[in-house]
Amino acid sequence: MSVSQQGPGAADAVQVARHKLVAIIGPPNSGKSTLFNRLTGLRQKVANFPGVTVEHRVGKAHMAGHHEVDLVDLPGVYSMNPRSEDERVSHDVLQGRMEGLEKPDAILLVLDSTNLNRHLSLAAPILSLGLPTLILLNMADDLKSRGGQVNVELLAAQLGAPVALISAVRGEGLDAVRRFLTGGLGVPRPVELPVLQDVPACRQWARRMASDAKYAHPAPQVWTRRLDGLFLHPVAGPAVFVLVVLLVFQTIFTGARPMMDGIEALVSVTGGAIGGWLGEGWVKSLAVDGIWSGVGAVVVFLPQILLLFLFIALLEDSGYLARAALIADRTMARAGLQGKSFIPLLSAYACAVPAIMATRTIESKRDRIATILIAPFMTCSARLPVYTLIIAAFIPEKQFVGPLLGSRAAALLGLYLLGFLAAFVTAKMLKSSILESERTPFVLEMPPYRMPTLRSVGLRLYERGMAFLKRAGTVILAVTIVLWVLASIPMQDGKAPPIEQSLAGTLGRAIEPVIEPLGFNWKIGIGLVTSLAAREVIVGTLGTIYGMEGETDAAGLQKALQSDLTFGGAVALLVFFAFAMQCMSTLAVVRRETGGWKWPAIQFAYMSGLAYICAFITNQLLS
Amino acid sequence: MQLIVNKEEAGGTLLTLADLAENGEAVVERIELAADLAGRLMELGFVPGHHVSVGRSAPGGDPRVFRVDGGEIALRRETSSCIFVRRVKEI
Repeated sequence: MSVSQQGPGAADAVQVARHKLVAIIGPPNSGKSTLFNRLTGLRQKVANFPGVTVEHRVGKAHMAGHHEVDLVDLPGVYSMNPRSEDERVSHDVLQGRMEGLEKPDAILLVLDSTNLNRHLSLAAPILSLGLPTLILLNMADDLKSRGGQVNVELLAAQLGAPVALISAVRGEGLDAVRRFLTGGLGVPRPVELPVLQDVPACRQWARRMASDAKYAHPAPQVWTRRLDGLFLHPVAGPAVFVLVVLLVFQTIFTGARPMMDGIEALVSVTGGAIGGWLGEGWVKSLAVDGIWSGVGAVVVFLPQILLLFLFIALLEDSGYLARAALIADRTMARAGLQGKSFIPLLSAYACAVPAIMATRTIESKRDRIATILIAPFMTCSARLPVYTLIIAAFIPEKQFVGPLLGSRAAALLGLYLLGFLAAFVTAKMLKSSILESERTPFVLEMPPYRMPTLRSVGLRLYERGMAFLKRAGTVILAVTIVLWVLASIPMQDGKAPPIEQSLAGTLGRAIEPVIEPLGFNWKIGIGLVTSLAAREVIVGTLGTIYGMEGETDAAGLQKALQSDLTFGGAVALLVFFAFAMQCMSTLAVVRRETGGWKWPAIQFAYMSGLAYICAFITNQLLS
Repeated sequence: MQLIVNKEEAGGTLLTLADLAENGEAVVERIELAADLAGRLMELGFVPGHHVSVGRSAPGGDPRVFRVDGGEIALRRETSSCIFVRRVKEI
């Protein structure tokens, strides 16, 4: 972490004050990230699931006056014996052995006050580090409403460190944090500590500390039992799972429609207005036909992306995802993987990049690599614009399963299943050959169900929406401009040539023979080349190509596609996008996580080869 | 603390967690697993002498949720069958 050397009145300050570095640590699901968000306001993912916070995050918190501290949010740990990679991260940071991060000046230990008998055992190894520590008993509101209690003063006396009851979700009790961080930091002096290597002794110590502090365990959470009765019911459980999935897909198609129509209209009206204002000429061509059609074609899909992330956030934060992982474990076991791989794979439905980073929670190295290799097969949100554009252009909307599922949503669902199937088969192949290993044990904590908070879901939607728009404003904009230039030269009589004779068209026609057997022409070929940067770029590219041919809005894009692709070619294109590895960011993160180019190279070759062969077969069968 | 209690309990053989039906209750006796995994399970609450109750499972009965020490932990049968327990006397 960078050492900030800006103090108040830095100009005349003789000693350069470094901000205090404070680490937030605690068991999974104790609410560390919620507290981190509260204190820093920095956007960060909070999930009601063990091990989602795999990277440490750093932020700044404003204290009273001009005081500022640097906060680092660490992955959840059950103990200080690191057994998985994310536990190692926490361990190394607290020992001051993390490269690029100094040893923290103080620790905020976050424990779930409704589960103190267990969570307190983490206090033993943390207090023995000898760093100033504030112990935060989180979810105090829940403890109180379920009839539990604890004497904070007694506990503080026993542990020799300050203790405070807080509710990070509601922002209650956070003054204690500010007081601690701005006051003089004392080293903890616990009355006694157990032998840290002796787990039963640590547990006994924790129970004794709790009972000495007059801890009354709260009544069991009635709702968790009742909901598990439904979600883990042998028949109703899987049925609910299927219903939830259908609902998600149907809503992505129908629910997002009005907003998408709105954005579409806005893009087309503003494009027309800007065009009118600029007048004829190359500036107008670049701004309206190039950028506006290209970037606009992608931005239209923002509502769908937001809806997808809304569902993912609700499922994760409510605690349902852990149950889904439980239900899926047997299926995963058949592929040679374990239920833990299910978590990264599910988040790969949003984006493969965080999913690949989330594989750090998997203890077995071979399982981890197998999970990394199959993660990009899961249908990430960047495929969504491509899928919905082609589906809307080629599949008529009909009722498929009564009013519940339309034919378009069914087609989309089919593509998601196709990706899952490819991942499953690939995993099975890998796990029975080069990555064969002993079955790894599945140990997964089921967090209690919690009502997702508006704040946390809202922050995530904001973060995701901004990331999507940022990509539209950078990668897609850049590709669009380059494409416009390539499509405008060589000039003929001082005007842009017909796109077929432009440089872009020449390049497209050069690769046409390779992709022709798949049912794609040179325009799609240009899109395939540009989408190597990121999948959704093809939509922007087609928007620009057709925009320069005179079509501007998304409905025009659909019509133009219909004239350029046969049905067989359209389905082949969908299949191609389901399998192909068109994402620079993913390749980069795979290289980083596996420590070399070997795995990303294998992955790229395998996925591209599979995409080509399957698209070829599809096109031949359908035409 | 007694780590091993009544190895042959009143004529009955020692049970494992996997032998218990839903809502069954038992006390952990010992864990026969590699030190690493046993350590993780103990951190999660499967400590000799602790009370465990059996919760719901995935369809087909595997993996299953066990309630221990205020938490709910899902284990596969291959793991739960290595955790030996003493049944709590039914009243």
